[in-house]
Amino acid sequence: MIYLDNAATSYPKPKEVGQAMMYFLEKVGATPGRSSHRLSIESARILYQARESLAELFNVDDPLRIIFTLNVTEALNLTLKGLLWPGDQVITSSIEHNSVMRPLRELEKRGVEVKVVPCSSQGVLDPVDLERAIKKNTKLIVLNHGSNVIGSLIPITVVGEMAKRHHILFLVDTAQTAGCYPLDIKKDNIDLLAFTGHKALYGPPGTGGLVIGERVNTKKLIPLKVGGTGSHSEFEEQPDFLPDIYESGTSNIVGLNGLKEGVRFVLAEGVDKIHQHEKNLIIRLIERLKEIPEVTLYGGDYRKEQVAVVSFNLKDKWPSEVGMRLDEEYDIMCRVGLHCSPATHKTIGTFPRGTVRFSMSWFNTLEEVDQAIMAIRDIAKGA
Amino acid sequence: MKDNYSVVIFYSTSAAIRAESLAQKVNLKVKLIPVPRHLSSDCGICLQFNNKDQQSIKEILVEKKIEYDDIYEI
Repeated sequence: MIYLDNAATSYPKPKEVGQAMMYFLEKVGATPGRSSHRLSIESARILYQARESLAELFNVDDPLRIIFTLNVTEALNLTLKGLLWPGDQVITSSIEHNSVMRPLRELEKRGVEVKVVPCSSQGVLDPVDLERAIKKNTKLIVLNHGSNVIGSLIPITVVGEMAKRHHILFLVDTAQTAGCYPLDIKKDNIDLLAFTGHKALYGPPGTGGLVIGERVNTKKLIPLKVGGTGSHSEFEEQPDFLPDIYESGTSNIVGLNGLKEGVRFVLAEGVDKIHQHEKNLIIRLIERLKEIPEVTLYGGDYRKEQVAVVSFNLKDKWPSEVGMRLDEEYDIMCRVGLHCSPATHKTIGTFPRGTVRFSMSWFNTLEEVDQAIMAIRDIAKGA
Repeated sequence: MKDNYSVVIFYSTSAAIRAESLAQKVNLKVKLIPVPRHLSSDCGICLQFNNKDQQSIKEILVEKKIEYDDIYEI
């Protein structure tokens, strides 16, 4: 079996991830940050260690400025709905995932001004266009760092510097880059970094979070949900300090102990090494795909930096047909269709047909790439 | 001579855990314990330390900007 659907959820995971989850269930079990017995304290330590690992990965000084959510979608919803109010303007791009577009379209109905800066058909965003869209009431720029459809990257360092200069907050959706591409909230001038645990951080589904930078005033970022935190229990109002303000209810501590190990795995291997491996895979994949005459590839100059995601179509074949044949006849798992991002498909000219998408992880090999290419050659020739 | 202890009372467990982690990194002997009954606290645990380490503990809290309620000798 060859798994090429890592942009949706990475698989397999490092073995330590499952072991840590089982360890928690069998040996710790308790709610973190509530009771004062030894198991509850141990549980709180695990939660802290998970924050500490992520703080190292993203270069965050205070691990308590990292809050956990169910996934990146929840982190993005929290930020967009907690920060933007009628009269505010928000700037985004035309290659966003629905995890950003849908909350923004909802906010638009409530009076938030949404400006979508178009990217080229190759998925390239020109920061000059973005700067031109900035107005007096611009409060936030939100961008998808790595495209989940074509793997292209947004120049976040340049945009971050620009946002800072204009006193605007900068939110980055790192769903496709956290763990496989270098990220540094200081160097990249990121104010809010939304991440998910189940992709290149190798954690289980149901884990994610948000890094809240020093420029963010938490009094102006309203929590998405409030409730029990184990702190300030004598009050019926939500506590105002991090991380409790945004973490109500017992967290997915089983999953987060798994995520902690996933992040430690990434730190031990090294993001640069992982990125280089994935780059080798994607270059090989794209070069071989280009040799097949029936293949139409989408996106830009792949020699440049990108994440290990590629979209293509085969002449006279529906993506769904290709996907089904890859699964049933060749034992290859991929994703076909619109990838929760109609905006990107409109940008690259594949809406509503969609594409076939291959996405890779640290655990894929060059041999697997070659096997997938053989399968595509077969299908393309109508074999 | 018997050791004398104090405790730091925090608003949140996360802050207490962070203080424990940072103190242990510089080899200070600390322990998270339930808040003694005569002291009130927002979260259920506090960080116990040896009085001789008071200065070092305070430095960590200030330098790392860890919010705490108070320090009490017990």
